[in-house]
Amino acid sequence: MKTHYDIVVVGGGPAGSTAARYAAEQGASVVLLEKDREIGVPVRCAEGVGEKGLSALIAIQPQWIAQRITGAVLHAPSGAAVQLHTDEFGYVLHRKIFDYDLAQMAAGAGVEVYTKAYVQGLVTEADEVAGVVVEHMGVRQAISARLVIAADGVESRVGRWAGLDTRCSMRDIETCAQVTIGNYEGDASVCHFFFSSELLPGGYGWIFPKGNGMANVGLGISGDKAHSGSPHERLQIFLRQVVDRPAILTRVYGSVPCAVTLKKIVRKGLMLVGDAAHQANPLTGGGIVTGMAAAEIAGRVAAAAITEHDVSAERLQEYARLWGEGGGAKMNQFYRLKKFAFTLSDDTLNGLAKATLDLSPEKRTMTNIFKAALINKPSLILDAIKLFT
Amino acid sequence: MIDKIKHLQNKCDFCGTCVAVCPHDAIELAEASLQILFNRCTLCANCIHVCPTRALEMTDENSL
Ligand SMILES: Cc1cc2nc3c(=O)[nH]c(=O)nc-3n(C[C@H](O)[C@H](O)[C@H](O)COP(=O)(O)OP(=O)(O)OC[C@H]3O[C@@H](n4cnc5c(N)ncnc54)[C@H](O)[C@@H]3O)c2cc1C
Ligand code: SF4
Ligand code: SF4
Repeated sequence: MKTHYDIVVVGGGPAGSTAARYAAEQGASVVLLEKDREIGVPVRCAEGVGEKGLSALIAIQPQWIAQRITGAVLHAPSGAAVQLHTDEFGYVLHRKIFDYDLAQMAAGAGVEVYTKAYVQGLVTEADEVAGVVVEHMGVRQAISARLVIAADGVESRVGRWAGLDTRCSMRDIETCAQVTIGNYEGDASVCHFFFSSELLPGGYGWIFPKGNGMANVGLGISGDKAHSGSPHERLQIFLRQVVDRPAILTRVYGSVPCAVTLKKIVRKGLMLVGDAAHQANPLTGGGIVTGMAAAEIAGRVAAAAITEHDVSAERLQEYARLWGEGGGAKMNQFYRLKKFAFTLSDDTLNGLAKATLDLSPEKRTMTNIFKAALINKPSLILDAIKLFT
Repeated sequence: MIDKIKHLQNKCDFCGTCVAVCPHDAIELAEASLQILFNRCTLCANCIHVCPTRALEMTDENSL
């Protein structure tokens, strides 16, 4: 490890590896620091992605795909199941392999990658970010850099050290528990989503099949509802409802900031990307594609800023602006829908399921469900139509 | 009696959920270790409530 780079990237998730790769491809010297011993492990994710979103960002490799998904079923609190009509499809990934490959692609572009490299703090000069302090295999050292990219996930602290307010509100944090089971007997090409204001308040439960009898089964609830039952406790109940004697191969816990993007995601010498910037989809909690999309912008802007010898907040703001006009604006619309959807009562959800089941199968679309739900909220109907068509 | 947050190492998955909601940056999380910085902690209990495994507890210091 050298003591100076143009750019230090903190965190080796999809956002960090993507930002690092794009910056290095434009000629910047980049180091990527990951605290865990291995990139991609542990996997704190249900691993679902839309084909459209991911393929717009990267050529999808067969080894990343655990299972191709062509159907989705929504389960109302009453137990009524609505098979969604959609032409889109998605994948359940092997994130372990996916994250690993993204880091390897970064390495291929010239990024130096270190695992077991825990960033403990920032180096500052005259109150400005000037590098990081890292502990690598028991040795502490300072690395100076012209720019730090914080891709340190939901547990991000780098931004806070630089004075940005990056905490997530109790309402917007989705706190999750998940198991991967080895004896799933359902159709492997269909994902399931479960709703219940009692068991799954402010969130939902899921089954994402991985093929070969494996499936990610989990749930996320709003943080401000977790005092009456932790995700772990709720998962025990949920599992009893959805699978018969699950063979549990993996257990994970974690969370996603399901909020709007942070107000400030840059300051002089610093950019935040991915979960660290609260860029995940607030309705679904999906943060792989959104984080990578933002990271691509961040990586390009970072490299340009290095070439121009200008890492001022104004220069880096280009990243915040481009994200804000594209993915960010869309996430704001999803946030408005989330705020609405997650306050619906079980009775309303059951009524919606019933009304949707009265439609012919090809009319059972997300747009039509939201249209029916939003009958008294015309402004949100427009959001829903834009997002789901 | 002084309240304190107790961290149950065996229940913790080191997932960082508590860190995300701490208003005072009072939680330090490395690969498999977690430390509460009591000089910053205001005992707001956010971390206790969101922890997916209930690996944090409010206790009085005498019982620690
Ligand atoms: C239960 C669950 C299910 C999910 N399901 C889905 C899904 O189906 N689809 C989807 O798209 N998204 C899903 N998500 C969200 C998705 O996992 C995240 O949005 C995504 O991983 C964010 O990528 P990232 O690169 O920003 O952060 P991360 O992938 O979290 O990477 C951050 C990295 O930074 C490292 N790090 C943190 N602090 C430091 C430090 N101080 N020094 C060095 N390294 C550090 C961490 O170890 C970590 O490897 C789910 C999340 C959870 C919890
Ligand atoms: S939220 Fe709970 S499980 Fe996660 S790191 Fe904090 S104490 Fe550990
Ligand atoms: S009690 Fe509040 S201040 Fe103390 S560590 Fe937990 S979240 Fe932070």
